[in-house]
Amino acid sequence: MSLESRVIRSDEAGERFVAPTVAEVPPSGIRRFFDLASQMEEVISLGVGEPDFATPWHIRDAAIYSVERGYTTYTPNAGLPELREAVARYLTRERGVEFRGEQVLITVGVSEGIDLALRAVLRPRERVLIPEPSFVSYAPGTTFAGGTPVGIPLRAEQRFQLTEADLRAAAATGRTRAILLASPNNPTGSVLGRASLEAVARVAREQDLLVIVDEIYAELVYDGPFESLVALPGMKERTVLLGGFSKAFAMTGWRVGYAVAPPAVLAAMLKIHQYTVMCAPTPAQVAALEALRNGREERQRMLREYDRRRRLVVHRLEEMGLDCHLPGGAFYAFPSIASTGLSSEEFTERLLRQEKVAVVPGSAFGPSGEGYVRISYAAGLPQLEEALRRIRRFVTS
Amino acid sequence: MEEKEHQNDTALLEALEAHGHLEPGELAVMLGREPAEVEAALERLRSDNVIVGQRILINWEKAGRDRVVALIAVNLTPERDVGFDKVAQRIARFPQVRSVHLMSGTYDLSVVVEGKSLQEVASFVAAKLAPIDQVTQTTTHFILKTYKEDGLLLEEADEDPRLGVTP
Repeated sequence: MSLESRVIRSDEAGERFVAPTVAEVPPSGIRRFFDLASQMEEVISLGVGEPDFATPWHIRDAAIYSVERGYTTYTPNAGLPELREAVARYLTRERGVEFRGEQVLITVGVSEGIDLALRAVLRPRERVLIPEPSFVSYAPGTTFAGGTPVGIPLRAEQRFQLTEADLRAAAATGRTRAILLASPNNPTGSVLGRASLEAVARVAREQDLLVIVDEIYAELVYDGPFESLVALPGMKERTVLLGGFSKAFAMTGWRVGYAVAPPAVLAAMLKIHQYTVMCAPTPAQVAALEALRNGREERQRMLREYDRRRRLVVHRLEEMGLDCHLPGGAFYAFPSIASTGLSSEEFTERLLRQEKVAVVPGSAFGPSGEGYVRISYAAGLPQLEEALRRIRRFVTS
Repeated sequence: MEEKEHQNDTALLEALEAHGHLEPGELAVMLGREPAEVEAALERLRSDNVIVGQRILINWEKAGRDRVVALIAVNLTPERDVGFDKVAQRIARFPQVRSVHLMSGTYDLSVVVEGKSLQEVASFVAAKLAPIDQVTQTTTHFILKTYKEDGLLLEEADEDPRLGVTP
């Protein structure tokens, strides 16, 4: 029997030892749902936040070969020098901003990068502005780092774009240190457009804010080239850019990402990184290097497949009367379920019980996600089609 | 315009190769194009023999059917004007022949032949292939096990190792 499911007396559990800051963070809204889904059989899951492809073979092969040759030791804290160089060249080419290898820190996924950035800059109770719905770790991560997360609700009518007015209103009060956001966004799939990017840049410059931008999905952008906040005038000096390999190269389990930041901020992040994880796993870094050097073709092939699924999923959802914007990036559709009269949680739970299809309630990504569900199209087409048939049956019954 | 058409064709063919079971209407949705346009393109690509056919890949070994497959390296004397084409097409017409490729290197044609038994394949080589005038030599290699065919791995599909619901 697992530790969680057994009833334990609180003194036996050691609750009194847990720091209030941690105890007070509510458990992930996904967790309960995961437990429910994992107890059922024959479930088709469109609730998964990672690619359905395995890591391309040449990448796996490079890692295996490196292990065979004995590359099993630590790397320098900041990462393999060749990988840092390769990331710098890649970002220089893709973002149109000059980076050098020494400005790159190799992290244990973007998740570590977020934690490092927040811990490196936050003074106690400083505010971090988080447009939401957002990835689940942003607000808890801020709390763990001693800060105060402040959500900025985004609206579907604005295609989940950030408006300058909303940002200004949120930034006006209290001690705000940073804005933490993702583009493309998980769960909405929205890519921040020119107007939103400029709004963020203007407010950040005027109020001297740091911007932490999670670009883990930057390679999964479907309509036109990806525009990064870091490329806007005056932004490189105040941006922590976080990226990685998990989504674009189907490498979630390798746990490797990167951060670039202004030198002092990067040095502070490196200090925390070296005392907590030493370095990202060495085989994973070798794999990441291979991905950057030779992974473009496979990456594009996966992107084209996601693009086809994206259009099919949105088309089917619209057909069954669920409003859904065409996501510009990532691999999530984020339809409104308002027409069903159900809450996100009710919809999700009933869909799971009645039709054995798992999707994630929008409310798991912040209060403004209520009324939506996240449907991942990182699933094989046969499963996707069957799941959509079941969702249709559920919605129209 | 031609460039655009070529790009559209390539995208359509790639989608078709990945998802051959889909209706033109569905392919159109997936590619963000009009159904009529996709149907017209499919018709053109079929009549131009760009789309050659569609088939299901079966692991016959697993299905329990007795079957022997051999790769036969064939050396040929080329013919005036037509080179190897005429004889290659002649060989290709035999129903036992699954594929025929003209090769660079030490032999000319790679011919994959299928039969119910070793004897059947051997007698095909002896009675049909070797006697052809232009054929100067054949070397028969029996295939012992197939790991991958037409880009598909034949081993058991792995279960999806992902957790059911993740952020």
